[in-house]
Amino acid sequence: MNPLAKLGRVTLAFLARIGAVAVFTVRATSHCFRPPFYWRHIARQMLDIGYFSLPVVGMTALFTGMVLALQSYTGFARFSAESAVATVVVLSMTRELGPVIAGLMVAGRIGASMAAEIGTMRVTEQIDALHTLSTNPMKYLVAPRLIAGTTMLPLLVVVADIIGVFGGYIVGVYKLDFNAATYLKQTFDFLEFMDVFSGLVKASAFGFLISLMGCYHGYNSDGGAQGVGRATTNAVVSASILILVFNYAITELFFAGR
Amino acid sequence: MAVPKISIRGLKKRFGSKVVLDGLDLDIGAAESVVVIGGSGTGKSVLLKCILGLLDPEEGSIKIDGQEVVGLSTREREAVNTKFGMLFQSAALFDSLKVWENVAFGLVSAQKKSKAEARTIAIEKLAQVGLPPQTGELFPSELSGGMKKRVGLARAIATQPEIIFFDEPTTGLDPIMSDVINDLIVDCVKRAGATALSITHDMASCRKIANRVAMLYQGKIIWDGPVAEIDRSDNAFVDQFIHGRAEGPIRMQIPV
Repeated sequence: MNPLAKLGRVTLAFLARIGAVAVFTVRATSHCFRPPFYWRHIARQMLDIGYFSLPVVGMTALFTGMVLALQSYTGFARFSAESAVATVVVLSMTRELGPVIAGLMVAGRIGASMAAEIGTMRVTEQIDALHTLSTNPMKYLVAPRLIAGTTMLPLLVVVADIIGVFGGYIVGVYKLDFNAATYLKQTFDFLEFMDVFSGLVKASAFGFLISLMGCYHGYNSDGGAQGVGRATTNAVVSASILILVFNYAITELFFAGR
Repeated sequence: MAVPKISIRGLKKRFGSKVVLDGLDLDIGAAESVVVIGGSGTGKSVLLKCILGLLDPEEGSIKIDGQEVVGLSTREREAVNTKFGMLFQSAALFDSLKVWENVAFGLVSAQKKSKAEARTIAIEKLAQVGLPPQTGELFPSELSGGMKKRVGLARAIATQPEIIFFDEPTTGLDPIMSDVINDLIVDCVKRAGATALSITHDMASCRKIANRVAMLYQGKIIWDGPVAEIDRSDNAFVDQFIHGRAEGPIRMQIPV
């Protein structure tokens, strides 16, 4: 086959996919703001995303904070700037690692389960059945997940930030022999509102992306069990990539304003 | 003849380069039970999905009670869909909901009935399809295939729709259970005074539930007549299909 034709076909397919995601995003988002609202579904999703993700996110945040303290100490000790360890831990956690780690973990946990659940509903005609029962699946299935993802991830990240800083504190005080009070003082001295706030904005965007990818891939899955498997993989992979891309974009955005 | 309940003219639908429906015409009168027969992959399900608005046809018109439904907005579509009930091939029960919640779903979502009221009606409908009230407390995953079909039927008739669709109602059931389901379908449709459109390739089921039979072949209705005349249709395609012969004008197209 003509290689140019092949290239053109791939490009067109890629653009068509972007268009489909964009249309899905607009439709799904608009349903988040128009009644009727399925409160019970929203609450169930919130519980699933916010509460049941706590152990996973807490564990990863704890060890991330701990290793941060250890690694930055190794670096800073080389030019006797050990006192910066606490600051580095708290800034990295709130601005960067809290949202990203929580986002990636939730993408694996929640994004996958959304894609699998909605995908199974698609291939077993349950989504068609919703249509025939005069219920819009966008409103019934997708909107509650988007709302829950966008609102719950910032709360998770607040918890992740605190646990991560605590992890750094444990290593700092019990292993690196910092004075406990000094470590805490250094933690909060240079922390600004913007550091935490930018992290929470990121978290909210990541939550939206995770739910969006889970729902989009599930909603458009086909081909039985294999199709659902593919949808699940695609949901997690695309959400993870988007998280890292948006992480840079949002950082850049806040960086301009300092 | 009065305005037909469903009137389809020149319906065309294709997927990529594969033409599935190619200018299909079909009228279904009020309180009539029409069965569309045809081989696997001839587009029977696509026809139902077009009428329900799950798929958008490329061309043609579908009128329900004289109202054009092709190209309706989502909201208008939802209003039209309250006239429909559908029994899906795999029953398509919501597996996160209990059986009674499945049956009551349309009552709550479309008819805005209270939960208690919807529950009473759901239990009633379950009884109508021969299921005891305790079944209502089970989840769909705990049911056998025949029971799922019954629950699906109860859900389809719960809102007292004017038009009921049956997508291969007996596929995957043993002959006796098939006949039980057929009886239930005939009974429910008659009792509700509803218009029924079924698709099947099970001739026993077709003879039992149809008033009129239409045969779909290569995207068109090639024969259409009362069920009593199906054996003297003088149509080689219909003859081959109803007797299930491998030899005849219909060549099984094996997709490559």
